[in-house]
Amino acid sequence: MLKIDNLHAEVGGTPILNGLSLTVNAGEVHAIMGPNGAGKSTLAYVLGGRPGYEVTEGSVTFAGQNLLALEPHERAALGLFLGFQYPVEIPGVSNVQFLREALNAQRKARGQAPLSGGEFLKLAREKAALLRLDMEMLKRPVNVGFSGGEKKRAEMVQMGILDPAFAVLDETDSGLDIDALRIVGEGINAIMRKPDKGVLLITHYQRLLDYVRPDFVHVLSKGRIVKSGGPELALQLEEQGYEAVA
Amino acid sequence: MSTIAPPTPKQEEWRYADFAALKTLAPERFDEWETVELAPGETRRECLVLKGSAPELHRIRLVVGKGARAELFAVNAGGDYARLEVQVHLAEGAHFQFGGVTIGGGEATREFVTRTVHAEPGATSDQVVRAVHWGQATGNFLGRIDVARAAQKTDAAQDFRALLLERGASANTKPELEIFADDVKCAHGAAIGQMDEAARFYMAARGLPPEAARALLVRAFIADAFAALDDAGEQERLLDAALAVLEERA
Repeated sequence: MLKIDNLHAEVGGTPILNGLSLTVNAGEVHAIMGPNGAGKSTLAYVLGGRPGYEVTEGSVTFAGQNLLALEPHERAALGLFLGFQYPVEIPGVSNVQFLREALNAQRKARGQAPLSGGEFLKLAREKAALLRLDMEMLKRPVNVGFSGGEKKRAEMVQMGILDPAFAVLDETDSGLDIDALRIVGEGINAIMRKPDKGVLLITHYQRLLDYVRPDFVHVLSKGRIVKSGGPELALQLEEQGYEAVA
Repeated sequence: MSTIAPPTPKQEEWRYADFAALKTLAPERFDEWETVELAPGETRRECLVLKGSAPELHRIRLVVGKGARAELFAVNAGGDYARLEVQVHLAEGAHFQFGGVTIGGGEATREFVTRTVHAEPGATSDQVVRAVHWGQATGNFLGRIDVARAAQKTDAAQDFRALLLERGASANTKPELEIFADDVKCAHGAAIGQMDEAARFYMAARGLPPEAARALLVRAFIADAFAALDDAGEQERLLDAALAVLEERA
């Protein structure tokens, strides 16, 4: 579903990713763990197409297409969702307005009919309930005045509404208390744990993986994957640290 | 015979004007004012859209009686130099509400120039202006406030923010305060910036094409100017008139 081959990328002339290769098949959840500065967030941004993140070598194929040749909004329409470590505040633009326009732009790009206001609100209500986010919050401006945990839950509501084929979740667990972590974990399972979907979970800690069981765990260090294994690798990392394991 | 002296760049209220464009106007135009008087207690609102293709000069005098409320909302999207100039005289307890948006590209200068005289005690004024420009265009807001000696408890606020979509566009603002009373509040805020790149990428990552993301962000930005307009239909009409100019750009 997603095939990353020998990916090199730099930011502001500094190489961050140095030959990263990874394949995620449909139905799989992969976790990427690694110390600060390993290149985890850079990987997420490169996949999302953020300006300033320059690919210098390698390829990324997603849903049979050259992902790197596409604009960020085209990647989204193709089914790629990027969950932000730091969701952006957009004053003056309500979540409902933003997400309805975004969803309908994606649907248009896929040749599907737009959702009406009523249909959209029904969908939004359903996904907000799944993440136990008050529907009133979705009527407020995007992420403005939201707590850290609310922002992360709102990200997952967005993911539920947009229903992507593949999600790259960049430290979605950071800033969450224990209850919110469980709600978000269950939300990810409900939305993404399906035979035709894939997930790349980027995280520092084992704790989210208690709820979202990964099929594979990879250790990222200095811009490349230095070790891969099953869920037991995450536990080993938690106990022994990155230096001992990788 | 005309005795009207045309404006010069030395006059504060004309300093950012396009004098080449002004030269194309007949001299008597500089003596034309629309005067509107509001009786005590009256409320009146006017909404304007400036969207001509030749230089435009609109000058309004508002004489606002005791406890009356004058509201003026305007989109300045002229295709050439376009100026809306307003002189306001506030009696006791009167209020002046102004919301303005200058928007456009090309090489045109679009400006709002206000002079608000708080002549008597307890009058209030609130002015919110947003400027969105690209190309080589310029947006200006010059707001002068005079508070007379007797005008205690004056509360005057001005807020100007500009969003420049391209290098080459510019914005000018210059608050001018002449205060002769001692118990007054005069607030002024100004900021000039560019489109928030983080917000644009965030919106793109959710599937919004760049034009759609920009339109949403610009709409949110200029909406402040019409937030005090208590008529949703008129609000929409003004916002749509402003955003139509942005769409023409694409």
